[in-house]
Amino acid sequence: MEKETGYLNKADEFLQMFKKGEEFTKELLKENEKLRYKIAQLEESMERSGDEARTKLYEDRIKLLEDEINSLMERFKQVEEENKDFASKYIEVEEENNNLANLYVASYQLHSTLDFSEVLRIVLEIVINLIGAEKFAILLMDDKTNELVPVASEGMAVSAAPRVKFGQGTIGIVAKEGASYFSDNLSYMKEFNPTTPIVCIPLKIKEHVIGVISIYSLLTQKSGFTNMDYELFNLLAGHAATAIFSSRLYTQSERKLTTIQSFLDILKEKPRR
Amino acid sequence: MPNILVVEDSPTMRQLISFAMKRIPNSHVIEATDGVDALKKMSSEKVDLILADINMPVMDGLKLVSLVRGNPTYKEIPIIIITTEGAEEDRKRALSIGANSYLPKPIQTQELIRLVNSYLTKQ
Repeated sequence: MEKETGYLNKADEFLQMFKKGEEFTKELLKENEKLRYKIAQLEESMERSGDEARTKLYEDRIKLLEDEINSLMERFKQVEEENKDFASKYIEVEEENNNLANLYVASYQLHSTLDFSEVLRIVLEIVINLIGAEKFAILLMDDKTNELVPVASEGMAVSAAPRVKFGQGTIGIVAKEGASYFSDNLSYMKEFNPTTPIVCIPLKIKEHVIGVISIYSLLTQKSGFTNMDYELFNLLAGHAATAIFSSRLYTQSERKLTTIQSFLDILKEKPRR
Repeated sequence: MPNILVVEDSPTMRQLISFAMKRIPNSHVIEATDGVDALKKMSSEKVDLILADINMPVMDGLKLVSLVRGNPTYKEIPIIIITTEGAEEDRKRALSIGANSYLPKPIQTQELIRLVNSYLTKQ
Protein backbone atom coordinates (compact mmCIF):
# COMPACT_ATOMS: atom_id res chain seq x y z
CA MET A 1 0.00 0.00 0.00
CA GLU A 2 2.76 2.39 0.91
CA LYS A 3 4.58 1.42 -2.14
CA GLU A 4 1.54 2.22 -4.27
CA THR A 5 1.13 5.62 -2.66
CA GLY A 6 4.78 6.31 -3.33
CA TYR A 7 4.35 5.45 -6.95
CA LEU A 8 1.26 7.64 -7.20
CA ASN A 9 3.11 10.59 -5.68
CA LYS A 10 5.98 10.14 -8.04
CA ALA A 11 3.54 9.94 -10.96
CA ASP A 12 1.86 13.10 -9.73
CA GLU A 13 5.21 14.82 -9.42
CA PHE A 14 6.14 13.67 -12.84
CA LEU A 15 2.81 14.83 -14.23
CA GLN A 16 3.26 18.20 -12.52
CA MET A 17 6.72 18.50 -13.97
CA PHE A 18 5.46 17.51 -17.36
CA LYS A 19 2.65 20.08 -17.13
CA LYS A 20 5.15 22.75 -16.12
CA GLY A 21 7.33 21.69 -18.99
CA GLU A 22 4.34 21.91 -21.29
CA GLU A 23 3.45 25.36 -20.02
CA PHE A 24 7.06 26.49 -20.35
CA THR A 25 7.21 25.16 -23.86
CA LYS A 26 3.96 26.96 -24.70
CA GLU A 27 5.36 30.19 -23.26
CA LEU A 28 8.56 29.71 -25.24
CA LEU A 29 6.55 29.15 -28.39
CA LYS A 30 4.52 32.30 -27.73
CA GLU A 31 7.69 34.25 -27.06
CA ASN A 32 9.20 32.82 -30.21
CA GLU A 33 6.13 33.85 -32.17
CA LYS A 34 6.37 37.37 -30.78
CA LEU A 35 10.07 37.57 -31.59
CA ARG A 36 9.51 36.33 -35.12
CA TYR A 37 6.80 38.91 -35.55
CA LYS A 38 9.13 41.60 -34.28
CA ILE A 39 11.88 40.42 -36.58
CA ALA A 40 9.45 40.49 -39.48
CA GLN A 41 8.43 44.01 -38.49
CA LEU A 42 12.03 45.10 -38.17
CA GLU A 43 12.92 43.54 -41.46
CA GLU A 44 9.99 45.27 -43.11
CA SER A 45 10.89 48.65 -41.64
CA MET A 46 14.51 48.14 -42.57
CA GLU A 47 13.51 47.36 -46.12
CA ARG A 48 11.23 50.39 -46.22
CA SER A 49 13.93 52.67 -44.89
CA GLY A 50 16.37 51.20 -47.47
CA ASP A 51 13.95 52.01 -50.31
CA GLU A 52 13.53 55.53 -49.04
CA ALA A 53 17.29 56.00 -48.81
CA ARG A 54 17.70 54.63 -52.30
CA THR A 55 14.90 56.85 -53.62
CA LYS A 56 16.55 59.83 -51.97
CA LEU A 57 19.84 58.81 -53.54
CA TYR A 58 18.24 58.49 -56.96
CA GLU A 59 16.45 61.79 -56.58
CA ASP A 60 19.74 63.48 -55.67
CA ARG A 61 21.40 61.82 -58.62
CA ILE A 62 18.61 62.94 -60.99
CA LYS A 63 18.87 66.48 -59.64
CA LEU A 64 22.61 66.42 -60.18
CA LEU A 65 22.22 65.11 -63.73
CA GLU A 66 19.52 67.67 -64.45
CA ASP A 67 21.85 70.43 -63.27
CA GLU A 68 24.60 68.96 -65.39
CA ILE A 69 22.30 68.83 -68.44
CA ASN A 70 21.25 72.43 -67.84
CA SER A 71 24.83 73.59 -67.55
CA LEU A 72 25.75 71.58 -70.67
CA MET A 73 22.80 73.10 -72.53
CA GLU A 74 23.97 76.52 -71.43
CA ARG A 75 27.52 75.75 -72.59
CA PHE A 76 26.17 74.34 -75.85
CA LYS A 77 24.28 77.57 -76.45
CA GLN A 78 27.41 79.56 -75.69
CA VAL A 79 29.50 77.40 -78.03
CA GLU A 80 26.83 77.72 -80.72
CA GLU A 81 26.93 81.49 -80.36
CA GLU A 82 30.72 81.40 -80.48
CA ASN A 83 30.51 79.20 -83.58
CA LYS A 84 28.21 81.69 -85.26
CA ASP A 85 30.65 84.45 -84.37
CA PHE A 86 33.57 82.43 -85.72
CA ALA A 87 31.64 81.58 -88.90
CA SER A 88 30.82 85.21 -89.56
CA LYS A 89 34.39 86.23 -88.70
CA TYR A 90 35.67 83.48 -91.01
CA ILE A 91 33.51 84.83 -93.85
CA GLU A 92 34.80 88.34 -93.13
CA VAL A 93 38.41 87.15 -93.12
CA GLU A 94 37.81 85.18 -96.32
CA GLU A 95 36.34 88.24 -97.98
CA GLU A 96 39.22 90.36 -96.73
CA ASN A 97 41.69 87.76 -98.05
CA ASN A 98 40.04 87.78 -101.44
CA ASN A 99 40.02 91.55 -101.54
CA LEU A 100 43.69 91.65 -100.60
CA ALA A 101 44.43 89.06 -103.28
CA ASN A 102 42.61 91.21 -105.85
CA LEU A 103 44.52 94.31 -104.75
CA TYR A 104 47.80 92.41 -104.73
CA VAL A 105 47.25 91.07 -108.25
CA ALA A 106 46.19 94.49 -109.53
CA SER A 107 49.19 96.26 -108.02
CA TYR A 108 51.58 93.44 -109.05
CA GLN A 109 50.37 93.66 -112.64
CA LEU A 110 50.55 97.47 -112.71
CA HIS A 111 54.20 97.43 -111.68
CA SER A 112 55.18 94.38 -113.74
CA THR A 113 56.24 96.38 -116.79
CA LEU A 114 57.76 99.68 -117.87
CA ASP A 115 56.11 99.59 -121.27
CA PHE A 116 53.66 102.50 -121.48
CA SER A 117 51.11 100.81 -123.77
CA GLU A 118 51.25 97.64 -121.66
CA VAL A 119 50.60 99.60 -118.48
CA LEU A 120 47.57 101.18 -120.16
CA ARG A 121 46.37 97.71 -121.20
CA ILE A 122 46.73 96.46 -117.60
CA VAL A 123 44.73 99.43 -116.28
CA LEU A 124 42.00 98.62 -118.82
CA GLU A 125 42.06 94.94 -117.77
CA ILE A 126 41.70 95.84 -114.09
CA VAL A 127 38.80 98.19 -114.74
CA ILE A 128 36.99 95.63 -116.94
CA ASN A 129 37.69 92.44 -115.03
CA LEU A 130 37.92 93.52 -111.41
CA ILE A 131 35.54 96.48 -111.35
CA GLY A 132 33.18 95.40 -114.12
CA ALA A 133 33.10 98.58 -116.21
CA GLU A 134 31.80 98.33 -119.76
CA LYS A 135 32.55 101.74 -121.28
CA PHE A 136 35.39 103.86 -120.02
CA ALA A 137 38.41 105.90 -121.04
CA ILE A 138 41.80 106.87 -119.62
CA LEU A 139 42.62 110.54 -120.10
CA LEU A 140 46.08 111.97 -119.38
CA MET A 141 47.03 115.54 -118.65
CA ASP A 142 48.79 117.43 -121.42
CA ASP A 143 50.65 120.20 -119.60
CA LYS A 144 51.29 122.15 -122.82
CA THR A 145 47.61 122.54 -123.74
CA ASN A 146 46.28 122.24 -120.17
CA GLU A 147 43.90 119.57 -121.41
CA LEU A 148 43.03 116.01 -120.50
CA VAL A 149 43.61 113.89 -123.59
CA PRO A 150 42.14 110.37 -124.06
CA VAL A 151 44.87 107.75 -124.52
CA ALA A 152 43.01 104.43 -124.13
CA SER A 153 39.44 103.22 -123.90
CA GLU A 154 37.21 100.16 -123.68
CA GLY A 155 33.73 99.67 -125.11
CA MET A 156 34.10 102.88 -127.13
CA ALA A 157 36.58 104.38 -129.56
CA VAL A 158 39.36 106.53 -128.08
CA SER A 159 38.17 109.28 -130.41
CA ALA A 160 34.69 109.10 -128.83
CA ALA A 161 36.15 110.20 -125.49
CA PRO A 162 36.37 113.98 -125.09
CA ARG A 163 39.40 116.23 -124.73
CA VAL A 164 38.62 118.11 -121.55
CA LYS A 165 39.92 121.47 -120.36
CA PHE A 166 41.48 121.29 -116.89
CA GLY A 167 38.85 122.39 -114.34
CA GLN A 168 35.91 122.21 -116.76
CA GLY A 169 32.96 119.82 -116.47
CA THR A 170 32.86 116.78 -114.19
CA ILE A 171 36.08 115.30 -115.60
CA GLY A 172 37.98 118.61 -115.51
CA ILE A 173 36.89 119.32 -111.93
CA VAL A 174 37.99 115.84 -110.79
CA ALA A 175 41.40 116.51 -112.36
CA LYS A 176 41.61 119.93 -110.72
CA GLU A 177 40.42 118.95 -107.25
CA GLY A 178 41.93 115.46 -107.17
CA ALA A 179 38.84 113.92 -105.57
CA SER A 180 36.97 110.94 -107.03
CA TYR A 181 33.47 111.47 -108.38
CA PHE A 182 30.71 108.86 -107.99
CA SER A 183 27.30 109.54 -109.44
CA ASP A 184 24.37 108.83 -107.11
CA ASN A 185 22.29 107.74 -110.03
CA LEU A 186 23.70 104.89 -112.11
CA SER A 187 20.50 104.54 -114.15
CA TYR A 188 21.33 107.25 -116.70
CA MET A 189 24.48 105.38 -117.69
CA LYS A 190 22.53 103.78 -120.55
CA GLU A 191 22.47 107.13 -122.33
CA PHE A 192 26.11 107.59 -123.23
CA ASN A 193 27.41 111.11 -122.83
CA PRO A 194 31.22 111.44 -122.95
CA THR A 195 31.24 114.48 -120.69
CA THR A 196 29.07 113.03 -117.91
CA PRO A 197 30.70 109.91 -116.50
CA ILE A 198 29.13 107.86 -113.71
CA VAL A 199 32.54 107.54 -112.05
CA CYS A 200 35.66 109.62 -112.46
CA ILE A 201 38.89 108.67 -110.69
CA PRO A 202 41.88 111.02 -110.59
CA LEU A 203 45.27 109.43 -111.25
CA LYS A 204 47.45 111.09 -108.62
CA ILE A 205 51.10 111.06 -107.63
CA LYS A 206 50.92 112.59 -104.17
CA GLU A 207 48.77 115.66 -104.86
CA HIS A 208 49.72 116.00 -108.52
CA VAL A 209 47.00 114.76 -110.89
CA ILE A 210 48.42 113.23 -114.09
CA GLY A 211 45.09 112.08 -115.55
CA VAL A 212 41.70 110.49 -114.89
CA ILE A 213 39.79 107.28 -115.49
CA SER A 214 36.33 108.17 -116.71
CA ILE A 215 33.71 105.39 -116.50
CA TYR A 216 30.47 105.76 -118.51
CA SER A 217 28.72 102.44 -117.99
CA LEU A 218 29.01 99.16 -116.10
CA LEU A 219 28.53 95.59 -117.33
CA THR A 220 24.86 94.51 -117.36
CA GLN A 221 25.38 92.14 -114.44
CA LYS A 222 26.96 94.91 -112.33
CA SER A 223 24.30 96.94 -110.54
CA GLY A 224 26.44 98.99 -108.15
CA PHE A 225 29.75 99.30 -106.37
CA THR A 226 31.02 97.19 -103.50
CA ASN A 227 33.59 98.13 -100.84
CA MET A 228 36.12 96.20 -102.89
CA ASP A 229 35.43 98.45 -105.90
CA TYR A 230 36.17 101.55 -103.83
CA GLU A 231 39.42 99.93 -102.64
CA LEU A 232 40.33 99.23 -106.25
CA PHE A 233 39.50 102.80 -107.23
CA ASN A 234 41.85 104.00 -104.48
CA LEU A 235 44.54 101.62 -105.67
CA LEU A 236 44.11 102.77 -109.25
CA ALA A 237 44.28 106.42 -108.19
CA GLY A 238 47.77 105.91 -106.75
CA HIS A 239 49.37 102.83 -108.30
CA ALA A 240 48.06 103.28 -111.84
CA ALA A 241 49.26 106.89 -111.75
CA THR A 242 52.82 105.98 -110.76
CA ALA A 243 52.89 103.04 -113.19
CA ILE A 244 51.64 105.23 -116.08
CA PHE A 245 53.96 108.11 -115.17
CA SER A 246 57.11 106.00 -114.77
CA SER A 247 56.44 103.91 -117.88
CA ARG A 248 55.86 107.08 -119.92
CA LEU A 249 59.12 108.56 -118.62
CA TYR A 250 60.93 105.29 -119.31
CA THR A 251 59.53 105.06 -122.84
CA GLN A 252 60.49 108.70 -123.51
CA SER A 253 63.99 108.20 -122.11
CA GLU A 254 64.38 105.01 -124.15
CA ARG A 255 63.40 106.96 -127.26
CA LYS A 256 65.82 109.78 -126.36
CA LEU A 257 68.55 107.26 -125.66
CA THR A 258 68.05 105.68 -129.08
CA THR A 259 68.23 109.11 -130.71
CA ILE A 260 71.39 110.06 -128.79
CA GLN A 261 72.91 106.67 -129.61
CA SER A 262 72.19 107.26 -133.30
CA PHE A 263 73.87 110.67 -133.11
CA LEU A 264 76.85 109.17 -131.36
CA ASP A 265 77.09 106.47 -134.00
CA ILE A 266 77.04 109.12 -136.76
CA LEU A 267 79.70 111.16 -134.94
CA LYS A 268 81.88 108.10 -134.51
CA GLU A 269 81.55 107.20 -138.18
CA LYS A 270 82.54 110.71 -139.50
CA PRO A 271 86.28 110.73 -138.72
CA ARG A 272 86.71 107.41 -140.56
CA ARG A 273 85.60 109.09 -143.79
CA MET B 1 45.97 66.18 -106.71
CA PRO B 2 43.45 68.00 -108.97
CA ASN B 3 44.85 69.78 -112.01
CA ILE B 4 42.93 72.96 -112.81
CA LEU B 5 43.40 74.51 -116.24
CA VAL B 6 42.91 78.29 -116.34
CA VAL B 7 42.33 79.54 -119.88
CA GLU B 8 42.41 83.34 -119.96
CA ASP B 9 44.15 85.85 -122.23
CA SER B 10 44.29 88.62 -119.63
CA PRO B 11 47.38 88.15 -117.42
CA THR B 12 45.64 90.02 -114.59
CA MET B 13 42.63 87.70 -114.59
CA ARG B 14 44.81 84.65 -115.10
CA GLN B 15 46.90 85.54 -112.08
CA LEU B 16 43.83 86.35 -110.02
CA ILE B 17 42.10 83.04 -110.83
CA SER B 18 45.32 81.05 -110.32
CA PHE B 19 45.79 82.81 -107.01
CA ALA B 20 42.28 81.79 -105.93
CA MET B 21 42.74 78.19 -107.12
CA LYS B 22 45.93 77.80 -105.11
CA ARG B 23 43.75 78.09 -102.03
CA ILE B 24 42.13 74.75 -102.89
CA PRO B 25 44.19 72.14 -101.01
CA ASN B 26 46.61 70.10 -103.14
CA SER B 27 45.43 71.73 -106.36
CA HIS B 28 47.81 72.36 -109.23
CA VAL B 29 47.12 75.20 -111.65
CA ILE B 30 47.98 75.01 -115.34
CA GLU B 31 47.73 78.30 -117.25
CA ALA B 32 46.82 78.77 -120.90
CA THR B 33 46.42 82.01 -122.84
CA ASP B 34 43.77 80.81 -125.35
CA GLY B 35 41.89 77.75 -126.61
CA VAL B 36 44.73 76.40 -128.74
CA ASP B 37 47.22 76.76 -125.92
CA ALA B 38 44.70 75.01 -123.63
CA LEU B 39 44.35 72.00 -125.97
CA LYS B 40 48.13 71.80 -126.24
CA LYS B 41 48.46 71.74 -122.44
CA MET B 42 45.66 69.16 -122.15
CA SER B 43 47.47 66.79 -124.49
CA SER B 44 50.51 66.75 -122.22
CA GLU B 45 48.92 67.00 -118.75
CA LYS B 46 45.90 65.41 -117.12
CA VAL B 47 43.23 68.06 -116.45
CA ASP B 48 40.44 67.68 -113.88
CA LEU B 49 38.64 70.97 -114.39
CA ILE B 50 38.71 73.85 -116.88
CA LEU B 51 38.08 77.53 -116.12
CA ALA B 52 37.81 79.41 -119.40
CA ASP B 53 37.10 82.92 -120.60
CA ILE B 54 34.96 83.40 -123.73
CA ASN B 55 36.61 86.31 -125.52
CA MET B 56 40.14 85.22 -126.35
CA PRO B 57 42.35 85.52 -129.42
CA VAL B 58 43.22 82.53 -131.67
CA MET B 59 40.49 80.27 -130.23
CA ASP B 60 37.67 81.53 -128.01
CA GLY B 61 36.20 79.79 -124.99
CA LEU B 62 33.05 78.54 -126.72
CA LYS B 63 35.04 76.82 -129.47
CA LEU B 64 37.20 75.25 -126.78
CA VAL B 65 34.10 73.95 -124.95
CA SER B 66 32.70 72.35 -128.10
CA LEU B 67 36.05 70.73 -128.96
CA VAL B 68 36.48 69.39 -125.43
CA ARG B 69 32.95 67.98 -125.41
CA GLY B 70 33.51 66.37 -128.80
CA ASN B 71 36.61 64.54 -127.63
CA PRO B 72 35.87 61.22 -125.84
CA THR B 73 39.01 61.60 -123.68
CA TYR B 74 38.05 65.03 -122.34
CA LYS B 75 34.24 65.08 -122.57
CA GLU B 76 33.67 64.43 -118.85
CA ILE B 77 35.90 67.31 -117.64
CA PRO B 78 33.80 70.01 -115.92
CA ILE B 79 34.06 73.42 -117.61
CA ILE B 80 33.31 76.71 -115.88
CA ILE B 81 33.02 79.78 -118.10
CA ILE B 82 34.17 83.10 -116.63
CA THR B 83 33.27 86.03 -118.82
CA THR B 84 32.27 89.67 -119.07
CA GLU B 85 29.27 88.61 -121.20
CA GLY B 86 26.49 88.76 -118.64
CA ALA B 87 23.45 88.46 -120.91
CA GLU B 88 21.09 85.52 -120.38
CA GLU B 89 21.36 84.38 -124.02
CA ASP B 90 25.18 84.17 -123.70
CA ARG B 91 24.78 82.03 -120.60
CA LYS B 92 22.26 79.72 -122.30
CA ARG B 93 24.49 79.41 -125.35
CA ALA B 94 27.53 78.43 -123.30
CA LEU B 95 25.57 75.89 -121.26
CA SER B 96 23.90 74.45 -124.37
CA ILE B 97 27.25 73.62 -126.00
CA GLY B 98 28.46 71.84 -122.88
CA ALA B 99 29.76 74.27 -120.27
CA ASN B 100 28.82 73.17 -116.74
CA SER B 101 28.65 76.61 -115.13
CA TYR B 102 28.71 80.22 -116.18
CA LEU B 103 30.16 82.98 -114.00
CA PRO B 104 29.94 86.58 -115.20
CA LYS B 105 32.78 88.98 -114.31
CA PRO B 106 33.66 90.57 -111.99
CA ILE B 107 33.80 87.27 -110.14
CA GLN B 108 33.43 86.70 -106.42
CA THR B 109 36.45 84.60 -105.49
CA GLN B 110 34.63 82.72 -102.69
CA GLU B 111 31.85 81.77 -105.10
CA LEU B 112 34.38 80.51 -107.65
CA ILE B 113 36.26 78.45 -105.03
CA ARG B 114 32.98 76.94 -103.78
CA LEU B 115 31.91 76.05 -107.32
CA VAL B 116 35.27 74.48 -108.24
CA ASN B 117 35.29 72.53 -104.97
CA SER B 118 31.80 71.18 -105.65
CA TYR B 119 32.88 69.80 -109.06
CA LEU B 120 36.10 68.35 -107.69
CA THR B 121 34.22 66.66 -104.84
CA LYS B 122 31.76 65.09 -107.30
CA GLN B 123 34.69 63.57 -109.18
